[in-house]
Amino acid sequence: MLTLTCPYCGTHADETELAPGGEAHLKRFGPGSSDEDFEDYLFRRANPKGVHFERWRHAYGCGKWFLAARCTTTLEVYGTYPAQTTEPPEHILETIAAKRPGWSWEADT
Amino acid sequence: MSTRLATGGRFIDRSQPRAFSFNGKRLRGYAGDTLASALLANDQMLVGRSFKYHRPRGVVAAGAEEPNGLVNLGKGQHFEPNQRVTTTELFDGLEAESQNHWPSLEFDVGAVNARLSRFLPAGFYYKMFIHPRSFWKHIYEPFIRASAGLGKAPKSRDADTYEHFHAHVDVLVIGGGISGLAAALAAGRAGVRVLLIEQTAHWGGRAPVDDPQINGLGAEEWINSTLQALEEMPNVQIRTRMMGAGVYDHGSVLCYEQLTDHIGPKDGPRHRLWQVRADRVITATGAIERPLSFAGNDVPGVMLAAALRDFVVNFGVSVGDRTVVVTNNDDAYRTAIVLKTAGLDVPCIVDARPAPTGELVAEARALGIRVEAGKGIAKVKGGKRVTAVALCAQAGEGAVLEEIPCDAVAMSGGWSPVVHLWSHCGGKLTWDEAGAMFRPDPDRPPTGADGEGFVLAAGTANGFLATSEALADAYAAGQIAAGIKKGKGPSALAPAEEPMAPVWMMPQGAAISLREKMWLDYQNDVKVSDVQLAAREGYESVEHTKRYTTLGMATDQGKLSNINGLAILSDSLGRPIPSVGTTTFRPPYTPISMGAIAGAARDGLFQPIRKTPMHGWHEANGAEFEPVGQWRRPYAFRRNGESTEAAVHREVKNTRDAVGLLDASTLGKLIVKGPDAGKFLDMLYTNMMSTLPVGKCRYGLMCSENGFLSDDGVVARIDEDTWLCHTTTGGADRIHAWMEDWLQCEWWNWKVYVANVTEQYAQVAVVGPKARMLLEKLGGGMDLSKEALPFMQWADGRIGDFDARVYRISFSGELSYEVAVPAGQGLAFWEALLAAGEEFGVMPYGTEALHIMRAEKGFIMIGDETDGTIIPQDLGLSWAISKKKDDYLGKRAHQRPHMTDPNRWKLVGLETTDGSVIPDGAYAVSEGVNDNGQRNTQGRVTSTYMSPTLGRGIAMGLILNGPDRMGELVEFPKIDGTSVTAKIVSPVFYDPEGEKQNG
Ligand SMILES: [Zn+2]
Repeated sequence: MLTLTCPYCGTHADETELAPGGEAHLKRFGPGSSDEDFEDYLFRRANPKGVHFERWRHAYGCGKWFLAARCTTTLEVYGTYPAQTTEPPEHILETIAAKRPGWSWEADT
Repeated sequence: MSTRLATGGRFIDRSQPRAFSFNGKRLRGYAGDTLASALLANDQMLVGRSFKYHRPRGVVAAGAEEPNGLVNLGKGQHFEPNQRVTTTELFDGLEAESQNHWPSLEFDVGAVNARLSRFLPAGFYYKMFIHPRSFWKHIYEPFIRASAGLGKAPKSRDADTYEHFHAHVDVLVIGGGISGLAAALAAGRAGVRVLLIEQTAHWGGRAPVDDPQINGLGAEEWINSTLQALEEMPNVQIRTRMMGAGVYDHGSVLCYEQLTDHIGPKDGPRHRLWQVRADRVITATGAIERPLSFAGNDVPGVMLAAALRDFVVNFGVSVGDRTVVVTNNDDAYRTAIVLKTAGLDVPCIVDARPAPTGELVAEARALGIRVEAGKGIAKVKGGKRVTAVALCAQAGEGAVLEEIPCDAVAMSGGWSPVVHLWSHCGGKLTWDEAGAMFRPDPDRPPTGADGEGFVLAAGTANGFLATSEALADAYAAGQIAAGIKKGKGPSALAPAEEPMAPVWMMPQGAAISLREKMWLDYQNDVKVSDVQLAAREGYESVEHTKRYTTLGMATDQGKLSNINGLAILSDSLGRPIPSVGTTTFRPPYTPISMGAIAGAARDGLFQPIRKTPMHGWHEANGAEFEPVGQWRRPYAFRRNGESTEAAVHREVKNTRDAVGLLDASTLGKLIVKGPDAGKFLDMLYTNMMSTLPVGKCRYGLMCSENGFLSDDGVVARIDEDTWLCHTTTGGADRIHAWMEDWLQCEWWNWKVYVANVTEQYAQVAVVGPKARMLLEKLGGGMDLSKEALPFMQWADGRIGDFDARVYRISFSGELSYEVAVPAGQGLAFWEALLAAGEEFGVMPYGTEALHIMRAEKGFIMIGDETDGTIIPQDLGLSWAISKKKDDYLGKRAHQRPHMTDPNRWKLVGLETTDGSVIPDGAYAVSEGVNDNGQRNTQGRVTSTYMSPTLGRGIAMGLILNGPDRMGELVEFPKIDGTSVTAKIVSPVFYDPEGEKQNG
C-alpha cells in the first residue's frame, strides 16, 4: 500500500487511488523493427532489486499518467514526474545518485 | 485439579457471575474471565485434540499465542470456528464446543492415529500418499479429510455487520503494555498525533503480574496515572481490543478492532478493520515465552510458566495443586513464588542451569522451595492430565533420577520478542546470543517513502527483557518517532536476573524414544524427531523444513514453536541458528475475521451497479438481468408463466418478423476530437478511420500491441475533427483508459481529446422489418428512408418529441436504427416507442436474443470469439485490416511468425447433423492421442445456440484450416461420453446477402 505524489494535481495519493502501468521509459517498436527489438519491447522488462522507473495513473483522481522512480527493496520513492518524457529528468537522477552512490541511469537500462 | 482460588484475580468481578456452556455442559465463571480461565476454574483442563494424532490438548498459554485452546463459538448465524479460549472474553450465554474430535472430546476415535504415529512421520503426506495414484481418490483423500481439519465451517449466513475505518496519525503505537504506554507518553508529550492500541481489554500488559516499581509507584498505579495523562492529551487517542494485524508499505498498518465479541451478539458492527496510515509505527508488542522440549511436554497440565502465574494473579485460578517448575532462566522462579504465596504446593523447581544464584532464586529458596540445579525433565507422566514428572540430569541421556507426583508443570525456555510486525514490511532481525533470541536489528528497519526506517521496535519487543531497560528504550522510541531529542524516561526497579542458558532439548542427549514425544508444534503435531528426520533427509532451508514437517503452519503460525524448531534444525545441520534464519513473518498477527475484511462490502454495497435510464422499466416488466461489466442488462423479458428459453425465442422471432427494442445504452460511447483525431484513430483501429466521410459509420477493430483483438464497435464521423467510437459494454472504461494512455504517454504532442459520454445518452436499437414504420409513426420530420439514411450512415434530427441521433447500424442482420437521445429522455423515449409500436407488435428483447441474432448473422462477440489469444485474421476479419497504413497498434505483432502460421485455428460456422446444440466450450477431436492419453484436438466451439430462426443448433468455432474445409464433418465429444457431429459451414447462417439490414 504505497503512496505516491501525483505531479499534476499534487495529491499525496494512496495506492488505492492509483493504477499501475508497469515499467516506464520503454521505447515503442513498430512495423519495420527486428524480431528481437519488438519482442524486447513487448515482453522484456527490468526486474531490478533496486531502482525502478514505473508508470502509474492517478486513476481515481485527476486521471493523469505519471512516472515514479522508486526502490523495489527499500520502498524509497526518489520522485514522481510527468509522463511526457522519454527519460528521467535530471533532478530525479541527481536525487537517486545522491542516495545511491555508484548508480547510473545508463547502467540500468 | 484446576480450580478457582478463594481470593485474588485482578480482572474478575466475583459479584458478577456469568453462565456459559462448553460441549453442552453448563458452567459458571465471572465477569472479567476469559473462556480459558473460566474453563480452568471449572477443572476443564482438556480443551481440544491435536490436528494429526488427535492427542488430548490443554491450555498452554494465556494470550494470543495459544495453540491448543481453539473452539467453535456461538450458534447459527453467530457461529465462528477456531476461536482461541485465551483471548475470548466470557459473557453470559456464551456457547463453546471443542474441535477436531469424534465422537467426543473425552473419547476420540481419531486418537488411534497416535498409535500409528510411526507411520505418520515428517512429510507423511508426501511419502505415504504418493503411490499408487488410484488410491488417492478412494483411500488417502477420504482418510485425510476425515481426520484433518479443526473448526467447522459456518453453515449459516453471518448475521453480524462489519465496517472499515481509515485513520492518519503521526505515531501509531501498537501494544498497550508499559512499553507502549511509555512510548505513547513520550510521543504525546511531543505534541504529535498519536494512536495507541492494545489487543486485549487491559492496559499494562504483564507488568502488573510481576509488579516492578516504576517511578517509585506500583506497576498498576503507574499504569493508571499514565493512562490518565494520555487521556488528557487532545493529540492522543487510545483504544483497547484493537490489534495491529499487519504492517505494510509506507506506514500502512492494518488494525483489527473487536467491538462486541466480549458481550456476545448485539446490534451494531462487530468488528472494525482499520486502515491506519502512520508516519512512524512503534511496535511495543512484548515477548512470548518459549516451551521447553521434553518428553510429554504436550500433556494437559503442562503450561508456560508465565501463563500459569497470569491465571493465578489475573483470574484467581490455579492450574494445579502441585506444580513442578522447569526452567532455564530466572523469570520462571516468579511463578514458583506466586504459587507458593497463594498457598499452593511447588514440590520442585527443575533448573537446567548448573548453578542458579539470582535474587529470584534466593527468594524461592527462602520460601522453602526445593531447587534442583543442572536437572531436566526426562518425561511427563499422565494421559489427559499430568500425574508426575521424572527428573534426570540435563547433561545426560534421560536416566530417571526421581519421580515427583504433580498435576501441573510450569515450563520456561526463555522469551522471544514479538518481532512479527517489525518484520512484515522488511525489518531484519539479529541473533542475540545472551538471550538466545532473535531481536529487531535497529540498523535494518523497514523503510518508508523517504528511505528512513518507519518502524521502531520498543521495550521487550525490541529485546529488552528487563523492565528498566524496556521502559527507557520505549520512551526513547516515542521521542524519536515524534522527531524530538531523547530525554530521560521513567525508571523502574525490579529484581536483577542472572543470564539464561539456551536449552533446546531436555535432556541434552535424549534418546529417540524421548525425542518422539517432545512436541514443538502442538497444533500440527510436529515433534523434535520430525525436524531431525527432515534434516537427515536433506532439508536445509528452514522454509522447506516448515512445509515438509508443517512446523508453524497451524493457525497460531508457530508463535510457540518456530524458534525451538529452528534451533533443533540448526543443531541437526551443525550450523549456527542465525545462519539457518527464521521463516517469513506474514500478516495478520493473529487470524482476523472474513467479515472484517469484507466490511460493508456485501449485498447491495458489494459493488456499485450501473443502471440505464430504462432500468426501472425493465425491472417492472419481467426482466431477468445478467451482469455485463458493472451494468445489469436484461437477459430476457419473461411474460406470465413463460420459461426463459421460450421468452428468448419469442423475442428473436418477434424481432425478425415484426419489431423489437433493445436497450443499448450500456454500449460505450467515446468522443475523440481534435486536429489529430483521425491520425490517432488510425493508430488505434486496424482499419482506416481518418478517411471515413462525415455522416458515415464504419465497423472497427482494436488490437493490443500483442496483436490480439481487444474490442470492436462502430465508429461514426461526426464532423471534420470529431469521431464517436462505440465500444463494447464492458470495454468502455478500459478503452477510454487505453486511449488516454497512448495520448498521455506516447503521442503527447498530438492534439486530441477523448471524452467518455457513455452515460450522457440513452440508446435504443429499434430492430426488425417494421422498425422504420414505427419510427415514422412517431413523426418529427426526419427522413428515415433508405435513400436519405442508408445502412452505415447516421443523422441528427427529431423523432417525435425527442432530439435524436440515429445510426443505421445493425447487430442482428435486420433493418435497424440505433437511436441515441439525451439520457434524461431515455425512459420517455422508450415508452413512446412501446406505445407507438403496439400496432406493429413491438416487444423489448434482451441480451440473449441479441446474442442469438448476431450468431445467426455470423457476427463475432468480444469475449466469446475472442479470449485474449485471438487475432482478427483468425476470425475472417482481414477485410477490416487496412493494408494502406504504415502502422497501427498490433500491426507489427501481426507479422510475427506465430501470427502468420497457416495452421492457426480459424472461424467457421458449425451446423450439427442431427440439429442438436453443441455444448458450450466443446472441442473438436482429431485422430490419435497426446502424451497425456487425451484425444488430439483440431478446434473448439466459441458460441453455440439453438436458433429459433433456423430451428436447429448453430455454432461458431475455431477449426484447423476451417475455411478451407467447408462441408467436412467434425466430431465434438460431450461430457456424457457421447459426441455430436457438425458440418463446417459459413458462419453467416442468416441473410448472407445482407438484404434485410440494407433494406
Ligand atoms: Zn493527480
